[in-house]
Amino acid sequence: MSDIASRVKAIIVDKLGVDENEVVPEASFTNDLGADSLDTVELIMEFEKEFDIQIPDDQAENIATVGQATKYIEEAK
Amino acid sequence: MELKRVVVTGLGALTPIGNNISEYWDGLVNGKSGCAPITYFDTEKFKTKFACEVKNYNPTDFFDRKEARKLDRFAQYALISAGEAIEDANIDLDKVDKFRVGVIWGAGIGGLQTFQDEVVNFAEGDGTPRFNPFFIPKMIADIAPGNISIKHGFMGPNYTTVSACASSANAMIDALNYIRLGHCDVVVTGGSEAAVTQAGIGGFNAMHALSTRNDDPETASRPFDATRDGFVLGEGAGGLILEEYEHAKARGAKIYAEVIGGGMSSDAHHMTAPHPDGVGVERVMLNCLRDAGLEPKDVDAINTHGTSTPLGDVAELKAITKVFGEHTKNININSTKSMTGHLLGAAGAVEAIASILAMEHGIVPPTINHSTVDENIDSSLNLTLNKAQRREVKVAMSNTFGFGGHNACVLFKKID
Repeated sequence: MSDIASRVKAIIVDKLGVDENEVVPEASFTNDLGADSLDTVELIMEFEKEFDIQIPDDQAENIATVGQATKYIEEAK
Repeated sequence: MELKRVVVTGLGALTPIGNNISEYWDGLVNGKSGCAPITYFDTEKFKTKFACEVKNYNPTDFFDRKEARKLDRFAQYALISAGEAIEDANIDLDKVDKFRVGVIWGAGIGGLQTFQDEVVNFAEGDGTPRFNPFFIPKMIADIAPGNISIKHGFMGPNYTTVSACASSANAMIDALNYIRLGHCDVVVTGGSEAAVTQAGIGGFNAMHALSTRNDDPETASRPFDATRDGFVLGEGAGGLILEEYEHAKARGAKIYAEVIGGGMSSDAHHMTAPHPDGVGVERVMLNCLRDAGLEPKDVDAINTHGTSTPLGDVAELKAITKVFGEHTKNININSTKSMTGHLLGAAGAVEAIASILAMEHGIVPPTINHSTVDENIDSSLNLTLNKAQRREVKVAMSNTFGFGGHNACVLFKKID
């Protein structure tokens, strides 16, 4: 697993209180990991802080799974 | 229209002297002080370095980590004390009409720690507003009853009353009246507060409202003592289940006491100072007696607001003497704030619980830390000093007054 992927996973485990094994690339924040709309906003903010990037709202809307988050951050870095 | 009778069928508490009802009562009868040096933050630069914190509290004993993170301490305390009261009352959602169960809660401030953390975080940044999405819903004072209803499924009236230190007394009075008028069968009521933060201590210190007895925190909260020098900030929660009498009887509920009256008034005088003649305080007790249909001679015990401030304690006792006249000397007067400190918005609830338990056990908890007689206080009054007193209590009054001049008073009666 890439460094970015493992840091993304750590944030999700911490913020959503889920088991590490559940945080697979295809897992959806809302459908699989129990996030509500506020959790999702918080996750995006944590990604921005951890990776020192800006994720505009219109692009944040397209980040719904663990894999999409990792991919977005890898491309933004 | 005939008003319904209202009884108390469940109790819960999380206080600086005990983390549930049984520990709280043990602390009360044994005259335990809940005051100690502050552990939450470095107090080096603060004038007051102590408070009545809740002890041995670990949020993850009650909530999973994710849930705990989304709840300010004041909301955690609310859920815990309400949960204990609901369990005590044995309320089964399958057996009650959930649309007729309300939650009316009191909080003087709300999520002060959350507010402070988020604003400090913003101030330390570059001006970009990066507020956590849970900032507002964690902080707002009404989120406590909101969370209680979400957890338990109660779909009746739901809101928070805010009247500083009278908040939860106002919540109980609203609960009483909704049930009396037939709008609800059950109301989960009470109050919670968690203001022991830098902003809380610093803010109250700036008003010269807090005791600064840093060399002996345990005795700092000393209502009616001549050397009293301000209140001691406390935190925690009290929860009560108020229920329509026939509804409670029909389901075989344990009945602690009847709630027989509530009184409210306003000083209309000053933002923080009590009225020098105690007009509002006198009126609130008269209103409460009238609402309950009682005479002054019917009251056996009064748990005072008694915060240990130089002006407030004397003004309250003078008002009590005016209202109760010759009978005053027969009343067991106390201030449980001497043990718990001042729980602000939660004070009315935890003190009402103390009054109800005093009736249940036939013991009036003491006003601890009294050592120096105040010449301005009538020596014929029984202030229940330093030691609990055995006494049958049939009717108990609980007073709370808030910054802003809000006065609220509740009367409870023992049911044979």
